[in-house]
Amino acid sequence: MSDTHAHSVAYVRETQLSQQPPPSTAAGPVKWARDNLFSSIPYTILTLAAIYCIYVILAGVLPWALNGVWNTNNIRECREVLEGTTGGCFSVLSERWNQLIFGIAYDRSEYWRPTVAFILLFVAAAPVLFNKLPKQMLVFTGLYPFLAFYLIWGGTIFAPILALVGIIVGYVVYSRLVTGSFAAGFFGGVAAAAVTWWIGGFVVSAIAPQETFLSAVPSRDMGGFMLNMILGVVCVSLSVPIGIALALGRQSDMPIIKWICVIFIEFVRGVPLITLLFVANVVLAYFLPPGTNFDLILRVIIMITMFSAAYIAEVIRGGLAALPRGQYEAADSLGLDYAQAMRLIILPQALKISIPGIVNVAVGLFKDTTLVSVISMFDLVGMIRGPILSSTDWNGVYWELWAFAILLFFVVCYGISQYSQWLERQLATDHR
Amino acid sequence: MTTMTDPPQGSFRLSMLLNDTRYRSYTFQFIALVVLIGALAFLMSNLFANLAAAGLNISYGFLGEPAGYDVQQTLIEYTSQSSHMRAAWVGIINTLLVAFLACLTATVLGVIAGVLRLSKNWLVSKLMSVYVEAFRNVPVLIWILVINTIVISMPAPRAYRGETPDAEMFLGLIAYTNRGIYIPAPTWGPGSGIVALVFLASVAAIFFLRRYAIKQLFDHGRDIKTFLPSLAIFFIPTLLAYFIMGRPIGVDVPALQGFNFQGGTQIGRPLIALWLALSVYTGAFIAENVRAGIQAVSKGQTEAASSLGLRPNRVMNLVVLPQALRVIIPPLISQFLNITKNSSLAIAVGYADVTATLGGITLNQTGRAIECILLLMLFYLTISLLISAVMNVYNRSVSLKER
Repeated sequence: MSDTHAHSVAYVRETQLSQQPPPSTAAGPVKWARDNLFSSIPYTILTLAAIYCIYVILAGVLPWALNGVWNTNNIRECREVLEGTTGGCFSVLSERWNQLIFGIAYDRSEYWRPTVAFILLFVAAAPVLFNKLPKQMLVFTGLYPFLAFYLIWGGTIFAPILALVGIIVGYVVYSRLVTGSFAAGFFGGVAAAAVTWWIGGFVVSAIAPQETFLSAVPSRDMGGFMLNMILGVVCVSLSVPIGIALALGRQSDMPIIKWICVIFIEFVRGVPLITLLFVANVVLAYFLPPGTNFDLILRVIIMITMFSAAYIAEVIRGGLAALPRGQYEAADSLGLDYAQAMRLIILPQALKISIPGIVNVAVGLFKDTTLVSVISMFDLVGMIRGPILSSTDWNGVYWELWAFAILLFFVVCYGISQYSQWLERQLATDHR
Repeated sequence: MTTMTDPPQGSFRLSMLLNDTRYRSYTFQFIALVVLIGALAFLMSNLFANLAAAGLNISYGFLGEPAGYDVQQTLIEYTSQSSHMRAAWVGIINTLLVAFLACLTATVLGVIAGVLRLSKNWLVSKLMSVYVEAFRNVPVLIWILVINTIVISMPAPRAYRGETPDAEMFLGLIAYTNRGIYIPAPTWGPGSGIVALVFLASVAAIFFLRRYAIKQLFDHGRDIKTFLPSLAIFFIPTLLAYFIMGRPIGVDVPALQGFNFQGGTQIGRPLIALWLALSVYTGAFIAENVRAGIQAVSKGQTEAASSLGLRPNRVMNLVVLPQALRVIIPPLISQFLNITKNSSLAIAVGYADVTATLGGITLNQTGRAIECILLLMLFYLTISLLISAVMNVYNRSVSLKER
């Protein structure tokens, strides 16, 4: 056959052509750029506009950031070093580092205390955040609040130990009584802890030594980014249990309890945080017994906790509502009472659904802790606006300080939200 | 034969209050009520004891007294001799003003950023991700202060003076200074009311034309082009009225006189800082809502519409957007509520909103902390209840009507 063919046509290729690479416009970076950047005229215009935007931003920021000065004592020395060229006076960060991070609470030799507390925070948070770690680490998580309190506030070590002993006694009583009924266990535990604290209060005040290993630090002096961290961590961890209680209350069949929870949640969610902080600052004292002197930081913690508890309650209510009705009915048909059904069946599933929402509330709350600067507390923002920008040494160094604050908050909040997304993927048990 | 056991008929015993599920809820509610009343009574008695000790009482008489302080930017007439009540109204109107402006710009920004983030253009979608993540993850208070600093570092009005000024007005119309931005203001001559009426009438006409076109499309399948007619209705009658009435509406351009600009409208520095910061911050959140809403419309809907022969922009307008809006609008409305609540941060840059007048200067001058903060909370609660009422009405109107 090929013979006849060879006679009828002048030329037949007998061997296959070797493979050629695709033309340079249809492969590699050129193809990628054509597909993703210059696929049509409007896209090309958009791309060019975006490139111009990036150029303008980089042209403004890069010389300023790269030509920065890191080791001068005040703005005049810094400007002398720069000699009129563009550059940032980042030496404000290195010179005021301790003030920005810790406030004015500690001596120069004592900065290790909050630093250690901060590092241990990760150790304590790790078993809560990552399921795969050994469960024994949770013991340290339980001890951490007392340890951190002692490290940060100092004073006599008996106070946190007493608080710990009270909680342990309460837990022991609870675990004895809970086999009978949850209510008896719960109230018995609370009562036992209260009695322990009350009796222990006398003992501690009697035996507490005058000289303490770590000096007591007045919370009025706390400030800087440490204050944001303290407020954020304390308020989020306190508001999760309160939020669960409020959400269960709102779902309850008992009308009085339901309406108490509804009114509380809607009231708190309807007003801005700043009015609640005003309440903490000027009004709350009127509602306390005459003569009591409450720490401002404690008043602020109470108000922010109320605030975030209301938001977390709404998130958890969403989780409770998302559970199929069959789960409630299955728990009932097993003969579990309300407390058992909630503890063993409903809440584990509802909380799992609401974790991303809770993390969102936590990020929002952490950002909102900067609002305390409005009621003249010296958190990071208050520290920048107050003592640093108004000092003669650093009057006028805005951009370096704000860039630092933006970077600090961005790293923390972006980290938390990335963790939340990772967790969402881990917890997704439905295979879509 | 019945397998159901009747509840025990025995007489009522005290322990049944705790153990019998029929009575237990009454016991718990009674305890809760007693605890609540007790706590309220405790707080109230403390309040009255403290007030008596300080020689104070609860009264709202201070609202009628002269305020005695000036407010930078007011939309209604206000002098330092006006009452505290008037100052509170000035603050409320300023709050609503900045909230309204920020809602508008944040929505525009958010929709643009959200749509561009889904764009197939790699660079643009990455740029929008950077914008969204950067602004979502930094406190709004910091953004307000940063933008305030940017406005402060703009040229002073005197930079516009002299033969070779350091700064020039944008197109000769807009001057941006560290005291705020000066823009041209319209002047209303005699007969301008008629022009405005004609303009409003033509806007209404466009609205009805579009409704008519949609009705024709849905009922009879007739496709009526509305773009060019709308454009014509928008411009021609108003321009005709404008020239027939003898050009009654003029423009008052700001001009440098002495050390400051005169004429035009001044948008003060605090308003700009607050407005822009709330817009870009909330815009980042709205962008995420818009993106989630568009992604929530399943791909099958787009494919089905394409297979019916609709062109891409009609697919977007007739199929994707109506379904996406159902997902987008509820979180959008709660973002508007957030803007209103976040506008209370005005106090950080000295914008005279209701938190700064009623909750700030009035509170400090009169010392009436409880009354002022109560009124302040009442205002914000009213706003948020109104907005959630609107949201409920909307949700009911778009909820899927199941057969």
